[in-house]
Amino acid sequence: MSDQAATFSGAIPDTVKTERSRSFWQAVFRRLSRDPLTMICAAILLAIVLIAIFAPWIAPNDPYKTSMVRRLKPPGTPGYWLGTDELGRDMLSRLIYGGRLSLFMGFTPVVVATFIGGTLGVIAGYAGGRINMAIMRLIDVFYAFPSVLLAVAISGALGAGIVNGLVSLILVFIPPIARVAESVTTQVRTQDFIEAARATGASGARIVTGHVLSNVVGPILIYASSLISVSIVIASGLSFLGLGVSPPLADWGLMLNTLRQSIYIAPVNAVLPGVMIFTTSMCFNLMSDGLRSAMDVKG
Amino acid sequence: MQTENTKTNDKTALRVMTRDVDTRDRGGPRQPMLIIRGLKKHFQVSGKSLGQPKIVVKAVDGVDLEVGKGETLGIVGESGCGKSTTARLLMHLIEPDSGEILLDGETVGSMRGVDVRELRRSVQMVFQDSYASLNPRLTIEDTVAFGPRIGGLSRTEAKSRARSMLRMVGLAPELFAQRYPHELSGGQRQRVNIARALAVGPRVLILDEAVSALDKSVEAQVLNLLQELKKTLGLTYVFISHDLNVVQYISDRVVVMYLGQVVEAGPVERIYETPRHPYTAALLSSRPSMDPTKRITAPPLTGDPPNPINPPSGCRFRTRCPLAEDICARVAPALTAVDDPAHLAACHARVSGSGHSHASAAA
Repeated sequence: MSDQAATFSGAIPDTVKTERSRSFWQAVFRRLSRDPLTMICAAILLAIVLIAIFAPWIAPNDPYKTSMVRRLKPPGTPGYWLGTDELGRDMLSRLIYGGRLSLFMGFTPVVVATFIGGTLGVIAGYAGGRINMAIMRLIDVFYAFPSVLLAVAISGALGAGIVNGLVSLILVFIPPIARVAESVTTQVRTQDFIEAARATGASGARIVTGHVLSNVVGPILIYASSLISVSIVIASGLSFLGLGVSPPLADWGLMLNTLRQSIYIAPVNAVLPGVMIFTTSMCFNLMSDGLRSAMDVKG
Repeated sequence: MQTENTKTNDKTALRVMTRDVDTRDRGGPRQPMLIIRGLKKHFQVSGKSLGQPKIVVKAVDGVDLEVGKGETLGIVGESGCGKSTTARLLMHLIEPDSGEILLDGETVGSMRGVDVRELRRSVQMVFQDSYASLNPRLTIEDTVAFGPRIGGLSRTEAKSRARSMLRMVGLAPELFAQRYPHELSGGQRQRVNIARALAVGPRVLILDEAVSALDKSVEAQVLNLLQELKKTLGLTYVFISHDLNVVQYISDRVVVMYLGQVVEAGPVERIYETPRHPYTAALLSSRPSMDPTKRITAPPLTGDPPNPINPPSGCRFRTRCPLAEDICARVAPALTAVDDPAHLAACHARVSGSGHSHASAAA
């Protein structure tokens, strides 16, 4: 069996270009594209992201223009297809603009935390021993608090504002990402191919970049993608509590907060931002599940 | 095995490597490639925090070895006897607690001698698990090219080196270079591992159960490949295996290990024909015979090897030895030449004047 190659080798001239074998990531994307649920979620998310990016061109009205006359109009009102909020601002436009801030608050902390937490976790996992002890125990301190409580506490201590909200979210997400990165790295580190790489005389940094990272980014990415929805929800929560984003900015969480007083008068309007948060985080979760199963198999 | 087309390509690669070997030879042909003296490695399995009792596994406990240039040294022994630990110590993949390693006459790790980096370039290893020893995310070309890249070759040089190495182990680069480990069979993967180890231009190859996990037919092919490579590249092998037949086939000299120590060492034919240590004798008679009339029902060795945490006093084999006497519990036997200066055994029964009742008769 293994000698087939040797027998074949003579028959195939050096000039023949054989088909390049699919890489791991190509295989993952191929499997993802065959998963209908994941593809629907991806399409919805893509639509939400594009709408948020092109908000100024898409939004039918100015999201900040108030009017005392047309407050809390029900959905379906001509010119205001999703009604208006408690200050008479167009709901549809505010939801479109609100996506910008909400998605930004969902993505940014996770991306930054993935870099910081991933680096810490890989260092801890690869170095082992005392370094591992130092990093992981420090992280355990943060881990001990429930994430929402921690975000509220940090945000509260730093004061309201988008930047402070981001900082608190980053601090919340570093520990769990570092945990995942550390455990995956520890697993990879004990494999023979790492030993073989050490045997070539390669430095720790070369081994990490050449052999460890390629094996740990997958699991870290899966985990990080599932955190985006959490981040959106917590960011909305912070806005709701008056910590993250402050009025009059359009943000789904903040809209939920201000509309809550009108829930008995205009329940549909009050619920709409919640529907957006739910849809977005749901799609991120389902996509992360799809990614997990697509990366589960080799080949 | 190989066709004309690939052979010519090999030769250029080989010429480069053979020239390398010559310039690196410092001590001359008679200087052993590797000398190991009093190598020890104890693993602390418990007692790391306060209050726990301190428990130490004596995985390798005073091993002396010599590997001649161009020789194949077989290391045999039961699982857990310290074969693999010895191999990893040889490469400094784990730090020895004590003992010294001399590469071509120069101490490894000392101020004047060769450094660990150089040792690792000169000594390479092939592991048992062909799958775990290849990075699943790298193409085999990248895996083989990694070592040369570390050694300072440019990306393109390393790639062409990798391709010539693959060709040398019988894998056509046109077909295999871009494949991933999971797309190969066990035998092909082990060929890649051999190519990877040889890519850095080592003088010694440690084969730690390298063929044990392969099918018998594939095993034979890989063994023949190893023999060929040894001849063309002038390599020295340390061949670790529990398979006595394979060791007999490939080795020039054999070392038998028991519980972290060498109990017998000598030329392969002497070890297999006239084993002088009772453990070696028992190990050899445990091989299933090809002759049905000679099959044995009673096992030559009973029980498991004693716990290396608390090895027996004196001779470590005495708890299972048919020749054990008082002296064996009191004094640990040293490796001594028996019959022939090249044949060493650590057994009181073979050394005259040791106080063992068999001693005079056996010597």
